[in-house]
Amino acid sequence: MDIKICAEPFDPWQEIQSHQHSANNMAGKFGATSIFIGTMRDFNEGDDVKGMTLEHYPGMTEKQLEKIVAEAVRQWPVIDALVVHRVGDILPNDPIVLVAVWTSHRGDAFDASRYIMEALKSRAPLWKKELLKSQAERWLEKNTDGYS
Amino acid sequence: MSIKVRYFASLKESIGRSEDNLAFSGLVTVGDVWHRANPDKALPDNSLAAVNMDYVELNSAVKDGDEVAFFPPVTGG
Repeated sequence: MDIKICAEPFDPWQEIQSHQHSANNMAGKFGATSIFIGTMRDFNEGDDVKGMTLEHYPGMTEKQLEKIVAEAVRQWPVIDALVVHRVGDILPNDPIVLVAVWTSHRGDAFDASRYIMEALKSRAPLWKKELLKSQAERWLEKNTDGYS
Repeated sequence: MSIKVRYFASLKESIGRSEDNLAFSGLVTVGDVWHRANPDKALPDNSLAAVNMDYVELNSAVKDGDEVAFFPPVTGG
């Protein structure tokens, strides 16, 4: 299990590949990998967005993500999991978050990755502040419900 | 006892500080910490609170050396 907070841009595909290569003990064991990647849009709530700052609570963000992954591992037979979240100044098209889960069968991979992602959205202390094309700045007030 | 208080995101901006260090005596809750640190400002209804990086309710007790944090709903992911 690996949790990373990145202050610099990251390549989610490279992260998945290097994690899978470094975790030798799972070769041949997993039959399913579920991957979620969240990417920054250049629009939100009807406005053009040209950038975003992601603030976090160093230490608590990692602690909460570890708890969330541990909860997923208790509920599903997870072989391995990788969570990467970007912080700092980001631009449209930059990856924001990666959740990858390796399991034996697809149902568990889908369910565990969905659980991690939804729990991250409501419990990981991270906050987005948008910079609009109009130069106005605004904090996002809440995340949308992923199940609605 | 001494308590470190931290603020994040829009709440940090609205009160104009990122942290406080306060001294207390007696039984103190997380809500008491907010009121002492910000006597003229009510904690916004949707705020979240943490002690030592775990979520807590405002009636949770704090102890010497704790780090208390207040922040708005999270918007990561």
